[in-house]
This record gives sequence, C-alpha cells and structure tokens, in this order.
Amino acid sequence: MANKPQLSIYWAASCGGCEIAILNLHERLLDLDAAFDLVFCPCLLDTKKKDIEALPDRSIALTLVNGALRTGENREMARLLRRKSQLLIGFGACAHQGGIPALANLDPAGPLPAIYLEGPTTPNPARTLPLPETTVPEGTLQLPPFLGRVAPLAEEVAVDYFIPGCPPEPEQVWKALDPVIQGKPLPPLGSALGAGRSAVCAECGRRKREKKISRFHRTWEIVPDPEQCLLDQGLVCMGPATRDGCGALCPQVSMPCTGCYGPPEGVADQGAAMVAALGSILDIGPITGLSPEEIAARIDEVLGSLPDAAGTFYKYSLAGSLLKGRLP
Amino acid sequence: MTEPAFEPRIIGFLCNWCSYAGADKAGAAQVPYPPHVHFVRVMCTGRIDPHFVLQAFAQGADGVVILACHPGDCHYKEGNLRALQRHRLLLRLLGQLGIGEERCRFDYVSAAEGDKLAAVVGDLVKMIRAAGPLPVRPEQEIGRD
Ligand code: SF4
Ligand code: SF4
Ligand code: FES
Repeated sequence: MANKPQLSIYWAASCGGCEIAILNLHERLLDLDAAFDLVFCPCLLDTKKKDIEALPDRSIALTLVNGALRTGENREMARLLRRKSQLLIGFGACAHQGGIPALANLDPAGPLPAIYLEGPTTPNPARTLPLPETTVPEGTLQLPPFLGRVAPLAEEVAVDYFIPGCPPEPEQVWKALDPVIQGKPLPPLGSALGAGRSAVCAECGRRKREKKISRFHRTWEIVPDPEQCLLDQGLVCMGPATRDGCGALCPQVSMPCTGCYGPPEGVADQGAAMVAALGSILDIGPITGLSPEEIAARIDEVLGSLPDAAGTFYKYSLAGSLLKGRLP
Repeated sequence: MTEPAFEPRIIGFLCNWCSYAGADKAGAAQVPYPPHVHFVRVMCTGRIDPHFVLQAFAQGADGVVILACHPGDCHYKEGNLRALQRHRLLLRLLGQLGIGEERCRFDYVSAAEGDKLAAVVGDLVKMIRAAGPLPVRPEQEIGRD
C-alpha cells in the first residue's frame, strides 16, 4: 500500500459537484483506489495542509484541483499542491475558466457589499464586514482574503491538463484518468483530457436547417419540437460556442446547452464565439429602403428578447475570457 | 506639473472596398483627421470576428471603430448586415463588461466619402477623449504579494 502512487484532490472555489463527479465513476472507483493512495481530499479525508507541506516536493503522482481561485487560501493551496505534485490537472469548469463562481467578476465591488450590506434578509446596522484580521480579547483571528477577482487555476500555477465540464461526465473523467493510470503517453501539455476539440453541435443529433431567428425564447416560454435544433427554435443554445465531449447531453433532453465544457479548441473567448454565431442568424425582415437607424432598431428589437448576454455566454468561462470580467 | 494630455489609441477595422478606399481618398485630398486610429484593412466587415474587438480592448485600446459599405452596397451581399448584427449584440456584452457604447462605433463610409471618414474619426476621437482612457485592471489584482 505504501508504494502505491499518491493521489490528491483539492477543492478551491467550487460547489462540491466535482467530488460527486468522481463518485459517479461508480465501480471504477475501485480501479482508481487500486491505482492510487488518496493522501489528501478535504471533502473526504482529515489530512491537513501541514501534512502536505511535510511531503517531499513532487512526491504526489497526481493532483486533481477543482474550483476557481477566489481567496488567498485557494491560491496558497494551488501553489503548494503544484510544488508537491508531478502531474496537476484542473478538474471541471471552475478550475478551467472560472466556472459559475467567476460570474462574480461582473461586479468589481466584490462580494462583500452585496452579501453583508445590501442583502434584504441581512440586517447589519453596524455595517460589519468580515476582515482578513480581527483582534479579539483572545488574540488575532485571521480569514483568507478575497482576491481582487476570481481567476482560473492556470493564472496562478502551471496546469498540465484540464478536464472540462460542470461537472465533467464520468465517461470523460475515466477517458482522462485511464491513460494516466496505465502510464500511456499523454497529449501535449495544456490539452483538454477526455473531451473533444469541436463544438457540441457536432455531436448533437438534432435536425439542423438554415437558421433564421426573429425572436429568442426563454426555456419556460415554449415547448420545443423534440427533433429540431433548439437554436433554430429560438432557444439560446450554446452548442456552437462550446467544446464537445459530453455527448450533447442537454439538447438531447430538450434543454439548451449552457456552455459548461467551455470554448472549443482554438477558440479564445466563448462570448465572442457566441456573438459571432448569433449575429449571423438573426432575421430582421427585409431592410431595403430602411435608414441605418431603422436597421439598427430592428436588430435591437430582436436582441431585446435575449436578456443578460454576459451571464448567458460566459456562464462558465468569464474568468478565462479575454476581458476576464467587468473592467473596474 | 501638468499631466500629459490623453492621446487615445483606437483600432479601426475598415472594409477594403469602401471605407479603406474612403480613407485613401481623404489622404489623397489631404483632408486632415486626427492620427489616433490605427486602421486594419479587412476584405469585408463580415470578416470581423468579435474576438478581434475584444482582443483590441484586452490589449488596451481605448476605442474600436468598424467602418462598412453602406447598406445594400456590401460586395458580399450581407457582410455589413452581419457585422452590424454582431456589433449590436457585442455592445450589450461590452456594456456588461464595463465598456460603454461610445468606445465601440459602427458606421458606413463609402469609397467616395473621404470627408465623412474624417468627420467620423474626428468625432470618435473627441468622444473617447471625453470618456478618458480605458480603465485598466490593477497589476496585482489577484495577488497581494
Ligand atoms: S445549437 Fe444546440 S440544439 Fe442546435 S445543433 Fe447545436 S447543440 Fe444541438
Ligand atoms: S450540453 Fe452543454 S451544458 Fe450540457 S453537459 Fe454538454 S457542454 Fe455542458
Ligand atoms: S464589402 Fe464592404 S462591408 Fe462587405
């Protein structure tokens, strides 16, 4: 047992779903357990940071880090685990491009005012805010500080590979871990493991036609045709701007893709890709004889049915996008 | 000591067939216009990937302008309409990312409109001067050490 390679699993700013995704490996968990000795996993084990610090550098064979970097603690743990690990994999959408926690980057004021001062169910007349350091009669208490914005893992440490998805699908997780366990050659550093390179549309079985959209619909507004492409029907499906690999799970059950696998290979910005895709398929009717202002107004009318462009297009990738969030 | 005057850096994407020729015309006729716009020639505004615009802002441009053939005059039929559709959608996204409409312009300039080109560029530079430099992220934003 002592000479099995070591595995560590850490959560930074995440929801715990990535640990569940590992649990979803089901009987393959036994294979994972046969291959590795799990030495660190705050969700499951009681080993502490000091136990990791005591290990020789590069002694952990594989570390899976899920979650975005939100606090000083996340960053410190990322650095520590990088130092102690041979292979470090960013696991899930948050480690990859910030994920849902990175939507916080739309508010440069940071989370504290909204939570502690403006929350309607949080009476706080003294306007008390958590501070990195607080002195009490017993001594000084410390909390990890928030970083100025949510960042993807790779902004702080070298990430060897990433496994995209919110959370990654078990089949994909296994496709990524199996070659590592078998010691098979891995793709070039920095690649996505266990996912495709193209877009979700490429593996979606829905019937596509030439798209012309004169109005967008929210999912609750229409009952979509079961076979037609959802985007054709005016549902904002992120399929064209999202990496494949999940098997087009969501459109299969009539839910538009929300983009959890991040942008396809070679695409820097999921929002830009979605603007390009949607901008080409709007149907504003005949424009001959209209003034430039009238044409623009027609377009705005169609776009008016699409609320929250940033939240929709960057639901999982804001921290990794070109602008990283709202400018100060 | 007075601050050095703010000289905006603006990226202009100009269609080869109309606006770029319009800029040539303005040059040949020696119509003066401010030098702040760096022109990038594209074969049609329909070629402008929204990545180009975001990339320009990410690299510190204070403004971006897209100049197209007039409606109906695009050499590839509807390239300018697609460009405008993308632009209107991109403005919504940029607004949520803290970049106002005044920093990202779309207009039509034909090959004959050297004067209009100078007027559009002049107006844009004035607006962006008023808006000030693009806000930048603090260097150490995610690090405190
Ligand atoms: S847009 Fe959505 S529904 Fe349409 S083909 Fe792509 S993934 Fe499938
Ligand atoms: S369809 Fe889209 S949102 Fe659904 S699992 Fe696949 S990538 Fe994620
Ligand atoms: S050719 Fe000029 S905008 Fe298309």
